[in-house]
Amino acid sequence: MRNKATSLSWIEFLITRLVKASGYSAIVFVGLIFFFLMGEGLPALAETSLSSLLSTRWYPIEGYYGLLPLIGGSLVVTLGATLVAVPVGIGTAVFISEIAPRWLREILKPLVEVLGGFPSVVLGFLGVLVLSPFLREFLGLPTGLTALAGSLLLGGIAIPTVVSVAEDALDAVPRSYRDAALALGATQWQTIWRVTLPAARSGVLTAVMLGVGRAIGETMAVMMVTGNAPVLRLGLEALFMPTRTMTATIAAEMGEVANGSEHYHVLFLIGIALFLISLAINVTASALVFRQHKRSERILS
Amino acid sequence: MNKIVIENLTLHYSDGTESLKNISLNIAANAITVLLGPAGGGKSSLLRVLNRLNDLADVEEVSGRVLLDEVDILDPKTDVIALRRRVGMVFARPVVLPFSIRGNLTYGLELAGERDPVVLEEAVERSLQQAALWDEVKDRLNDPAVALSGGQQQRLCLARSLVLKPEVILLDEPTSGLDPISTGKVETSLEELKKQYTIVLVPHSIQQAARTADYAAFFLQGELIEFAVGKDLFVKPRDKRTQDYIEGRFG
Repeated sequence: MRNKATSLSWIEFLITRLVKASGYSAIVFVGLIFFFLMGEGLPALAETSLSSLLSTRWYPIEGYYGLLPLIGGSLVVTLGATLVAVPVGIGTAVFISEIAPRWLREILKPLVEVLGGFPSVVLGFLGVLVLSPFLREFLGLPTGLTALAGSLLLGGIAIPTVVSVAEDALDAVPRSYRDAALALGATQWQTIWRVTLPAARSGVLTAVMLGVGRAIGETMAVMMVTGNAPVLRLGLEALFMPTRTMTATIAAEMGEVANGSEHYHVLFLIGIALFLISLAINVTASALVFRQHKRSERILS
Repeated sequence: MNKIVIENLTLHYSDGTESLKNISLNIAANAITVLLGPAGGGKSSLLRVLNRLNDLADVEEVSGRVLLDEVDILDPKTDVIALRRRVGMVFARPVVLPFSIRGNLTYGLELAGERDPVVLEEAVERSLQQAALWDEVKDRLNDPAVALSGGQQQRLCLARSLVLKPEVILLDEPTSGLDPISTGKVETSLEELKKQYTIVLVPHSIQQAARTADYAAFFLQGELIEFAVGKDLFVKPRDKRTQDYIEGRFG
């Protein structure tokens, strides 16, 4: 009897420790990655002058390490992708959760999730073979491999993420909210726009941020369709010209640099910049969500 | 005078859960009609037919007629939005919308196209007075409505349906989450409101039914067992099942 109790408490002890260890290890790994990134990237700041890094020319073979065209390329492509993914994604989520009949919802929801797991290289193929020739002919461009192609493709890749998360958020809005609005004489559209969407606001915002995160971190597909030209362009023409994102630069050049060289360190510096950008997006998102939580907590207390 | 006449109403949900079996019932104007019975008896379903809120649920079959001022509201050509403005509803759990107190009240009017701030302000005060909430909130109409206590929220929901000047008010266990004092306040306002409105109430207890009923209907598993005037149903029920229920032998 006594023995059994002891062995049970041992198992209990072991399991608690295991769970704790896996929790802490996640933090440790992220920390290690962070320090590695810093250790490899920060020397670039000492080796390369700041004016070189902030110039508009990226030509590593001759020692030009201007980051602006890459950052610009990433911004243009990500912004374009966001403009595609957010309205379409939220619209689809509203359709699936609020309008579609039950049988259609049960088909669409898993379908969207399958699309979300599609390997991006395959989508990149589609981009190269279908999307970019179409854009070239349709818009009369010298090449279809442009920031626009990247935006559309990335938008498409981010849509399932946005739909899936936003739909969960809308689904979690209590039915009673909709009933209350309808009972007041709201139409279905008015209910969605003024009651359901605002009530699901924090979840929808999370969906948008995850979508943006997916777009900015995507590498393969975007490298295949944007034309790989690290040139800084301002104005609307940036959308219709080849460009190159930060992720694509790292992926394309990392295999060919000498370990520990200036070029190598600058590539890691780009990694740091990417890390900071996605950190900023996440912090903004959680700050927005957190502020709302705090407001409602204050009210409820 | 009968405000609502229900004739041979039958309703089935597609998952076969709750249903109404051949219900015929007259609901008098300017009175409180109480629908009582154990859960699953069809009371809420009946309420939701009266303002067509069932439209979005999976209803397999509805037959019969529901006449509001002698017009059949089950007619597919009925303007459902207009109907819901005439037939207001208060739910079991207070559902305040994520706006301010004033915003909750003006929302329905704004949906109806009312923009005049004077009219809106008047409607806000009138409805809050009617729901016995005005004195408690008049100084903080711009505060978020979720800041109110449960009892206040429920009276706000009552005020929100009154703001549209409906003809009929449906209340689905409006006091089930409230303390006795708030319950008393709601019941007092209902007594006052029935002078102007037709009220259909699903009470949350037999005691509340007995306190408030001008007319009472007893439902059991989708059937209307007994319908009586005033307190008769509670004092001398005709049906054995009604008697068993109000004496607490089941349900």
